[in-house]
Amino acid sequence: MNIPYTVEERPDTGLTNGKLGIWLFLASEVMLFGALFSTYIILRTGAPEWPHGELNVWLGMANTFILIGSSVTMVMAWAYLKLNDFSKHRLYLLATLVLSAAFLVNKYFEYADHYRRGELPSHSTFLAIYYTLTGLHGLHIIGGMVVMAYFLGPGAKMWKKNPDQFTNRIETTGLYWHFVDLVWIFLFPVLYLL
Amino acid sequence: MHSDHESIRKSMRTYLMVGAALFVFTGITVAVNQVHLAVPAAITVALIIATMKGSMVASIFMHLSHERRWIYGALILTVLGFLVLMTVPMLTQMDSIGTPTGVANPSHSEPPVHH
Repeated sequence: MNIPYTVEERPDTGLTNGKLGIWLFLASEVMLFGALFSTYIILRTGAPEWPHGELNVWLGMANTFILIGSSVTMVMAWAYLKLNDFSKHRLYLLATLVLSAAFLVNKYFEYADHYRRGELPSHSTFLAIYYTLTGLHGLHIIGGMVVMAYFLGPGAKMWKKNPDQFTNRIETTGLYWHFVDLVWIFLFPVLYLL
Repeated sequence: MHSDHESIRKSMRTYLMVGAALFVFTGITVAVNQVHLAVPAAITVALIIATMKGSMVASIFMHLSHERRWIYGALILTVLGFLVLMTVPMLTQMDSIGTPTGVANPSHSEPPVHH
């Protein structure tokens, strides 16, 4: 049985099922991260003092540049599919995957440095919420990388069979990836600068 | 098909320009942080810039500037839910449940003195 409305739009919504589905998923993600941001505000306003300068701003800034760069390469990967240029699409998707791996490597060095100094989540309220927010965000990065790796590997076969559906899948992946970037755009100032 | 390709190529130039603008805004955020403003001013500036950057990602990269009304409908509900979540911290500051009458926020009261 074929899944309906993967390429053509549903007459009632004007959208493919995949696109409506990813937006509903992203709506639930806004609630998840919103609840954690709300928790952060409660913890911060209730704390007698809040640490400043505990995190390396330059590493955080580097990761912001990396994620913004990966968002640009992701949207370019989708745009090249629209131009029927599969090889350039693969190049940009691979660049996105490499940039996301660079983000995680950077994060690993940050975590390792905290670990060496004994700064674990139990050390302070700030570090507890820092690890929760960045850890959950990191899991989202890993999730996105798995999907991108699939589309660079076995999932790429669909381009020959059904290019329109493949393009829609990459668009859906891109929407998820831009959301992950968007969350970091708020995490960076909240955790590293304020 | 030709005009389709032309509009995609035009969009690609926009994506690159938006990416460059996001880099610049990130630099500005960090530069403002180095000035060491007062905490309320620093929070305001950082969140305004982050909101501008977020809007650019959502409207251009996620194509929200020209989407279908079903997506806008779902997002309006999401924004309402998000605003409720953001008012929760305010409610916790204002409520006086479980505190003696006249003490609105026990976190600001003097600690009890033990003799």
